[in-house]
Amino acid sequence: MSQPLTPSQTVGPFFGVGLPFEKGEQIASPGAAGAIRIEGQVLDGNGDPVPDALLEIWQPDEHGRYRKVADGKATGFGRSRTDAEGAFHFVTVKPGAATAPDGRLQAPHLNVTVFARGLLRHLVTRMYFPDETEANAIDPVLNLIEPARRETLIAKTCGGVLHFDVRLQGERETVFFAI
Amino acid sequence: MSEREPPYLYPDYVGTRLRAPAKPLVDLPEGYHDFPAPLFPRTIAELDHDLTRQHAGEPIGERIIVAGRVLDSDGRPVRDTIVEVWQANAAGRYLDQDDQHPAPLDPNFTGAGRCLTDGDGRYRFVTIKPGAYPWKNHRNAWRPAHIHFSLFGTEFRSRLVTQMYFPGDPLMPRDPILQSIPDQAGRERLVSRFDPETTVPEWALAYRWEIVLRGRSATPFEDES
Repeated sequence: MSQPLTPSQTVGPFFGVGLPFEKGEQIASPGAAGAIRIEGQVLDGNGDPVPDALLEIWQPDEHGRYRKVADGKATGFGRSRTDAEGAFHFVTVKPGAATAPDGRLQAPHLNVTVFARGLLRHLVTRMYFPDETEANAIDPVLNLIEPARRETLIAKTCGGVLHFDVRLQGERETVFFAI
Repeated sequence: MSEREPPYLYPDYVGTRLRAPAKPLVDLPEGYHDFPAPLFPRTIAELDHDLTRQHAGEPIGERIIVAGRVLDSDGRPVRDTIVEVWQANAAGRYLDQDDQHPAPLDPNFTGAGRCLTDGDGRYRFVTIKPGAYPWKNHRNAWRPAHIHFSLFGTEFRSRLVTQMYFPGDPLMPRDPILQSIPDQAGRERLVSRFDPETTVPEWALAYRWEIVLRGRSATPFEDES
């Protein structure tokens, strides 16, 4: 017998007291081998910064597997809130390519979950890597998306960091996935 | 996806107007979101579930117990999952620099807690009843008293951030955030009930609230070995 699910409600503007935690944005330590800094902004339908958003990253390990047990090392999870300019950042390492349930190989990517005041449910998207041109070209998820919108999911290299903006609405709106 | 979830665009809640995606969400092939929930890297201390014992003195307000179970959609308990909560103080003020409501802060109340569910999926918090507070969504808009909850569950698809309300609150029918849920049964699932059995005599009223998280999709391609 299927139980009805508990509905979602917005995270609201005042989650700062409860959800962010120290070094939550450090999925890998900044000095670690292969550490990458990801920077971006969350923007609304007018292109204005969203200063009260919370992002979570959940990524597989270097073999493309999601960790199920904490082993004292990095878990692959990160959490970071936006600042007054709508800006956020994470430090992580590139994950391995995860095999999809149908056996197809997916290009390396991060699962990005977005919460904000004004979002009654969270949004789920993916960040792909700009140096994975070949893997991205055959990625089964990127290929579901009309070509003009695919670029919203691929980070850009910008002065030694990866840049990834989340546009909630409007022109160049980020692709979000049903969950 | 449940039809009981609120829509992204709900114009009565003004904050959704420029933040709701305008384009349809993209469906992934079956099973593509069937992977485990994040491993939460934050540790939980013994008193993190008791929001009344985080400072030198006791917070002002009505001490309450909020307890219940976390289940999956098959009715199975969700064990060892982290439950995070945050809330306003008894005067309706959050410890947040952006909260401009001219109500007092309480030096003995932070308003954040965490716990892990036990082997039966049970969680339990001790806190004070949060106050209602005004917000500028529309003229004379007031949020009903609520506690914010954040849960991971066992699957990536289980993630839930929501709010728990209190029975009989006259502000609920006027609150566009709660009313964004399309059906009455869905709205009622966010309202706790007074629990005389868990109420501790001479000490604290208790409210019970059950939480049901989404499990794996109905027909996964294969079992993970």
